[in-house]
This record gives sequence, C-alpha cells and structure tokens, in this order.
Amino acid sequence: MTDASPSFSQRVSSRVGGWFTGAPEQAVAAEAAALRSDRFRLEREGEWKRLDRIVTAIERGRLRRITDDDVLALPALYRTAASSLAIARDNSLDRATLAYLESLTQRAWFQVYGPRASLWSWLRGFLGGGWGAAVRGIWPDILIALATMVAGTVVGWVLVSSDPNWYYSLVPGGLADERVPGATRAVLQKTLFGNQDEDGLSVFAAFLFSNNAQVSIMAFALGFAFGLPSLMLLVQNTATLGALLWLYNGQGLLPDLIGWLAVHGTTELFAILLAGAAGIHIGRSMAFPGEASLLQSAAAAGRRAAVVMTGVVLMLVVAALLESFARQLINNTGGRLAVGGFMLVFWIAYLFTWRRGRSSATGSG
Amino acid sequence: MATRPLRRGPATDDRRRLLVTPEGITLALTLATRGSRAGALLLDLVIIVASMIATTLALLWIAGGVGVSLDKAAANSATGHALQFLAICWIIALFLYRNAYFLFFELGPRGATPGKRAAGIRVAARDGGRLTTEAVIARNIIRDIELFMPVLFLSSASQGGDMALAGWAGLAWVAVFVLFPCFNRDRLRCGDIIAGTWVVEAPRRKLEQAMSVAPASAGASVQTGTTYRFGEPELAAYGEYELQVLEQVLRENRPEAMREVAATICRKIGWDVGQGDERAFLDAYYTQLRARLERGMRFGQRKADKYAGSGKHTGSGKNAGEG
Repeated sequence: MTDASPSFSQRVSSRVGGWFTGAPEQAVAAEAAALRSDRFRLEREGEWKRLDRIVTAIERGRLRRITDDDVLALPALYRTAASSLAIARDNSLDRATLAYLESLTQRAWFQVYGPRASLWSWLRGFLGGGWGAAVRGIWPDILIALATMVAGTVVGWVLVSSDPNWYYSLVPGGLADERVPGATRAVLQKTLFGNQDEDGLSVFAAFLFSNNAQVSIMAFALGFAFGLPSLMLLVQNTATLGALLWLYNGQGLLPDLIGWLAVHGTTELFAILLAGAAGIHIGRSMAFPGEASLLQSAAAAGRRAAVVMTGVVLMLVVAALLESFARQLINNTGGRLAVGGFMLVFWIAYLFTWRRGRSSATGSG
Repeated sequence: MATRPLRRGPATDDRRRLLVTPEGITLALTLATRGSRAGALLLDLVIIVASMIATTLALLWIAGGVGVSLDKAAANSATGHALQFLAICWIIALFLYRNAYFLFFELGPRGATPGKRAAGIRVAARDGGRLTTEAVIARNIIRDIELFMPVLFLSSASQGGDMALAGWAGLAWVAVFVLFPCFNRDRLRCGDIIAGTWVVEAPRRKLEQAMSVAPASAGASVQTGTTYRFGEPELAAYGEYELQVLEQVLRENRPEAMREVAATICRKIGWDVGQGDERAFLDAYYTQLRARLERGMRFGQRKADKYAGSGKHTGSGKNAGEG
C-alpha cells in the first residue's frame, strides 16, 4: 500500500517524537494501521500526548507554561486516558502501549489527586483554625498527658524530699552545676537573677529551639510503640522539674523559681504536653483501634497528630525566644509571672476557645 | 530483562496492588522494592550531609571574611553580632536540613525526594485519595526514631561499661522499627502506617510507535515483494507471552536477534524463509498473530502462551489480563 519512505520517516519520528511531541506522529493516519487495536490507539494518541505534556509540565513545576485551556481539560483528559486504559486492557496486546497508558494514567492521577494546597496555603489554614481543631480533637490524650506530667512532678518532689540523693539521678549533671542539695540561698538566687548582661542570647535561643524541637519530635515519634515511651519521657522530664522545685523550696525561693520557669515554661511545657499527647493519641489508636482497622485508625490518628506536632514546633520557637530574651531582660518575679501567665492564657484561648467564625466554618465542614 | 511480561513474574506479582480511584477506575500500582527505597534514602542522606558540610564551610568562610577569631565572638561589638548571626543561621539551617528536606520535596508535584526520583519511586496515599500535607508531615516526623535513635543507641553501646548492655538492648528494640518494612506485605515503614501512605514505583514511559503500520504488516515485503500469509495452524502455535516477546524484539530492531527469532518461528511452524527478509516476515507474523489473539480476546478466549490449549477458556478476559 505504501513505499519505503513513510516507514523510514515513521521510524525517525518515533525516535524524535519523544522530544518534539505532536506533529510528526499525528501524520500516521489511523487507517494506515492493519490492526483494530492499533487504529483505536492512533485515533486517541493525540489526547494522550496532550495529557502527557500537561502532566510533565506540572511535574517539572513549570505551571506558567500551561494554558488555561489545558488546566480546564486536565480532569477530562485524565478520565479519557483512564477509560482508554480500561478498553485497551481488554482489546489490545500491544504491551508498550499498555505500559505507556498505565504510567500516563498513574502520573495524571497523582497530579489530579496530588497535594493541591501549597505549603503556604496549608500553613494559612493551619494557623487559621486547623491547629486548634486538631488539638481539640485529641483532648482525652491531653488530659492523660497532663495527669502524667503532674504525677511526674509530684513523684520527683516526693522522691527527692525522702532522699536527697535522688536529686543527682533525676537532674542531669550538665544542668545542675551549682544547683545541688545543700547550696546556699545566695547561690541559688544568683542562678535566677542578674544574668541580663549575658551575651550570645540569640544563639542560645536558636540552640534551645533546635534541641527542644528534636526532643519533642522524639516524644511524639515514640508514641508509635503504643504510647508507653512517650509517657515515660514525660514522667522523666517532669520528675526533674519536681526535683528542682523541691530544691528551691528548701531555701524559700519557690515563687522566684516558678517565675523564672514560667516566662518560657508555660509555652514550653504546653508544647511538651501537646507532643506527649500526640504520641499517646497514636499509641492509643493503635492499641484500641475500635471499629476501624488498625491501619485506618493509625493513619487517621497520625494525620491529626502531625498537625498538632507542627504547632508544637512553632510553640518551641516562641518558647526559645522567651527563654533567652524575655527571661534575661525581665529581672523580677512579678514581671516574669505576668509574661508567663499571659502566654498561657493566650495559648489556651487560641487553641481551645477561639474558632473561626461559625459562618465560614460551615464551608469547610 | 524486558522479555518477561508483568503478569508472569512472581517477583512483580506480589508487589502489584490494585487501587480504585474515587471515580471507580482501577489503577495498577507496583510497590517499590525495599532495595530501591534503601538506595533512595542513602542518596538523600548523602545529599543532606553534603549540604550540611557545604553550609558549614560557607558560613566558616564568611566568618573568616568578617575577620575575627571565634573566642572574640562574645565581644559586644559589630563583628560579634555578625558572628552570632552566622551561628544562628548555622543552627537553623542544620535543623531545617534534618527535618524539612523530606517534607519540602515530598510535598512537591512529584511526591518524591531527589533520591526517590533517582530510584523512580514516589509516595502515594494508600486509600487512593489525595496525598495530604498532614500525611507527609506525619510520615517524616517518624523518621527520627528510625534513623536518629539507632545512631544514638549504637554510640552508647559502643562506649562500653554499664551503658553497653542498655545500649545493645535499646538497639535491639530500635531495630524493630528500622526493619519494620521487612515484616509486612506492603513494605510499610512505621511512618507509612502512621500517615496512611506507601511508596510505589513511578514509571515514566514514552509512547512507542504503533506496530501494525509497518508496510509488511498488511501487505508485501518491501525488499522481496513477498506477501506473507499465515494459516490458522501456524498462528495457533503461539500465545500472548510469545507475542509480547516478539514485540520486544521488533522494537529493539537488532538484526541478529530477529534472525534467531525468525529461525525459531520457522522451525516451529514448519516454514522455510530465505535469509535477509526477517523484518518483513516477523512484522507480518506479529500482526497476524496479534490480530488472531485479539479477536479471541474480544470473544473472551485468551491464550496465555504456547503451552495453553488453543481456544481454551481461561476465564474472563479481565481476570486473565490482571492476574
């Protein structure tokens, strides 16, 4: 029916066609194919290639190259390719075409159902109520974590008051340089006040943040082991707190210590509380999945907890800034308590009572 | 490698998952192998460590340009502040490399870090829905106990003394998390379970030329002018598997391979074709065999390979195609 030259040009175009998709291969009329399944393919491959072009542009992040028409056509082209695939599976034995269609449909599916929100718009939704909703969603775990932290503090206090030697095993050595049982009131007071001319505060803040964030991420991640390690971590850390409280109480400096801690502590302890609660939430959902399957339950809990954890990292940034700046700059207990108290009220109000206007909330629900 | 069709190899069969999209279309996904995932992770770690070192060196170089030794950093001067600023940049950058690298890339349109892209794999939601930001955050937060904790325990175990035993015990415990993907069918790591994700292959293929537009497919050979016509018994000799091997040979278009295959087919069907016109002979045989098999397919009769009895019912076409 034809001479040698079309066959040659087709072969070349099949080589080159991948780079300049479009015109050359369109030249093969569907009637030229001897097989019914190949005619089916030749009639539709223009649309497949258009889809391929759009998807490739999206994958490379070159969104400006896509015209409005293409964006509008994407879902329809995706469905066309998917139904072509379904038909081809029953009609065609052309393995290369089937493989191409499978990969094309899959790639298009990922773009049509990919993460639609950019990180930026997600962050906006997160700050505008998503975070609070997630925190309220894990309230039973927050209560468990809170109870654990209170218990840990009490245990720390009781242990050290019964035997001061416990202090050395509860408080890590690096932290407790001068702050040991038997230290004088003056020494202890010096650790709380009069550090405002200290330098390198901002570096200290960055270090604190990085360290605390890593610890809280760990507390969360350990929730995977049914939440038990998260609980242990909470107890261990608050027992240290209890021991410190006992030490300063012995010299009558308890309110001052609380002020010293409260500046950043209300934020930081709140963050640790949330991280622990998020860990417990996951552990609990895996230990008691209820109606759903274990995997479904874990996935739902994990996504909710991930939102809480993003917030925890943000809170720790704030805590580190407060710890290294506000605490050194405000040198009296009253001011420190005021700052700490204000932060606590702020977090509670933001996370638990403030909700996006009811009218706009109906849109998301 | 390519001569083994997907539906045969047991190695790919247990990695294949059918996923039903929200509009009810069945998509076949292939789970990534553990090897490719480990390779991708290794590559990512190399990139992260290299960027950390590069950042450190760059900041040190800038600090050197500021022109003070580090012990003067505490001085409350302009240079001191500059150095403090660099130190903050360093701490923040290291934190971001460690925690935000995976997040940033997996939230992108390709759902894969550079390492995963190189390995040809990506992250996807297990339920067939959207891969959400929360899921990507969740699966990467868990990385800490899988990567960082083992290093921690290993270092305490290698120190010896009292800590050694606790270190080894901790390491054994952490190993459960590290080896988690080896103990479940879907090769999920802990992070995947928490996030409801899995890692699948993301093949990119080019659309190949249609087979039956070659001149010899429908008509005569260009070289000799012979028109090859095969009868029913000659076409009944082979099945779908052989057809697809033949497709592969034709697409690769290597003369010696085609000569060999043509000779094999001739032996099997009892033909004798002269040398030099193998391409036309194979084009014609491929087209006619495929036409026969596809006709059978439309009537629900499939022939998987040459061992399958001719015209034997192998169940409905759909099942045979996907099984």
